[in-house]
Amino acid sequence: MLELKNISFAVKEPNENKKEILNNINLTIQDNRFVIITGPNGGGKSTLAKIIMGIEQPTQGQILFNGQDITHMDITQRAKLGIGFAFQQPVRFKGLTVKELLSLATNKEVNQHQLCEYLSQVGLCAKDYIDREVNASLSGGELKRIEIAMLMARGVKLSIFDEPEAGIDLWSFHNLIQVFRRLRDEKNGSVLIISHQERILEIADEIVVVSAGQITAHGSREEILPELLNNADSCRFYKAQQRSVNA
Amino acid sequence: MMKTTVKNILRMVADLTSMPTGAFNIRLNGGCEARQNSEHVTITPKENGLGIDIAVEPNTRGEVVYIPVVVDASGFVETVYNDFFIGENCDVEIVAGCGIHNDGHSLSQHDGIHTFHLGKNARVKYAEKHYGEGDGDGQRVLNPVTEVYLDEGAYMEMETVQIEGVDSTNRVTRGVVNKNATFVVKEKLMTSGKQRATTTFDVQLNGEGASTNVISRSVAKGDSFQEFLSKIDGNAPCAGHSECDAIIMDNACVKAVPEITANHVDASLIHEAAIGKIAGEQIVKLMTLGLNREEAEAEIVNGFLK
Repeated sequence: MLELKNISFAVKEPNENKKEILNNINLTIQDNRFVIITGPNGGGKSTLAKIIMGIEQPTQGQILFNGQDITHMDITQRAKLGIGFAFQQPVRFKGLTVKELLSLATNKEVNQHQLCEYLSQVGLCAKDYIDREVNASLSGGELKRIEIAMLMARGVKLSIFDEPEAGIDLWSFHNLIQVFRRLRDEKNGSVLIISHQERILEIADEIVVVSAGQITAHGSREEILPELLNNADSCRFYKAQQRSVNA
Repeated sequence: MMKTTVKNILRMVADLTSMPTGAFNIRLNGGCEARQNSEHVTITPKENGLGIDIAVEPNTRGEVVYIPVVVDASGFVETVYNDFFIGENCDVEIVAGCGIHNDGHSLSQHDGIHTFHLGKNARVKYAEKHYGEGDGDGQRVLNPVTEVYLDEGAYMEMETVQIEGVDSTNRVTRGVVNKNATFVVKEKLMTSGKQRATTTFDVQLNGEGASTNVISRSVAKGDSFQEFLSKIDGNAPCAGHSECDAIIMDNACVKAVPEITANHVDASLIHEAAIGKIAGEQIVKLMTLGLNREEAEAEIVNGFLK
């Protein structure tokens, strides 16, 4: 179980003014829940995800993971406790191959069969990628799929995906939904996804809306999704996102 | 019975764990530790003792020739001239490399000057590793010079690696590339402490269809200094590409000086150079996989130089 208690995060702007990115966030994610965080761009969703992973440190508040206070733990310690993160914009590594990165992710030497298993889930053929360097020769979409495969291969207790749909083509997106559906049904850990995509929201157990640094709504999909889709006042952000995706 | 230090160096510089079956020459502290010819490869010592001639008969294919050098006597300094004559249509591999073990206080130095003459349509894969070790405070210095003359249609791929233990190195590689010939150089270099490394490439693309690709990847740690000088002259319709990619760490200094000159309107020449520290986001990514900062840095460096 993940508990965020009174989490705030502020940065100093060039003019020395303090800018609040997150303001007093309280959120509990129970075990084996499939939770989507959505909300307008710049609302603080990615920052919240990074604070859970330890990439950013909150200026205030406490984070508990399975009852343990992890607020001051670094990224490595949290990773070892079973938290994983797939970046919105995956990083490239000159020299490191797909196989090597997946071996690091799983902490063991992966064989061809395992590679096939990990990569086929994201629509890649292991044969074509096993010795490929994760460098500029990979397209953004390929890189993104490898990033997602790495997190799934880890099999952690809490998987955080930051906008997994970004940079993924339509065909892969369809498969991605299937992958997430399977993750949800297997219930081998909690999954937290930052997303604007209606089709991802549709498979959520819970939806959290983060806007202007605060949680403005949190509940079951049945409660939140109709409100998001229909309430023009609270959902201008969402419809705008959909329009840009569908354009 | 070969000493453990010598065995270790042979393993490090030439991946040798036993005597090779084909032609080889093992040089130890200026003397010949072992030598063997094969049916198509003849190794002849120079009369002054300062090197060997390696002759590979035309049409020889699939042979691997080992010519490693070991210096384990502190204070031993030498300059050695090895000349390679590779016949037409050969396809061979040559494994050189030099390792210094210095437990003493005096300078140990090996300057190996290798000259390659490749006949028409010959192909050579040439690997050289440079390595230093030992507990003494005596300097370990290696100054390899490689000169390559490629006849029409010849191809040479040179892989040169220096990963650790060499205090000072001045590495010079020159290539003269004739019609439809190709010269590929891949350099991997790591320096640490107060080590210094200077690498100079000078490639003359003289014939129509000549090409070269010079790629250097390096990591500079500690207070070390690296200088990369790359010169490609396109004197005919040709293609040249050089690339220097360096990771800089700690208080190190890396300097890259590219020079490309087109002396022909159909010469196509490119140089790329990038120097920078390990990207913070790369470290963060590997930390999210459970590695600590030091382990993440080591993986990134090892991958980069692999």
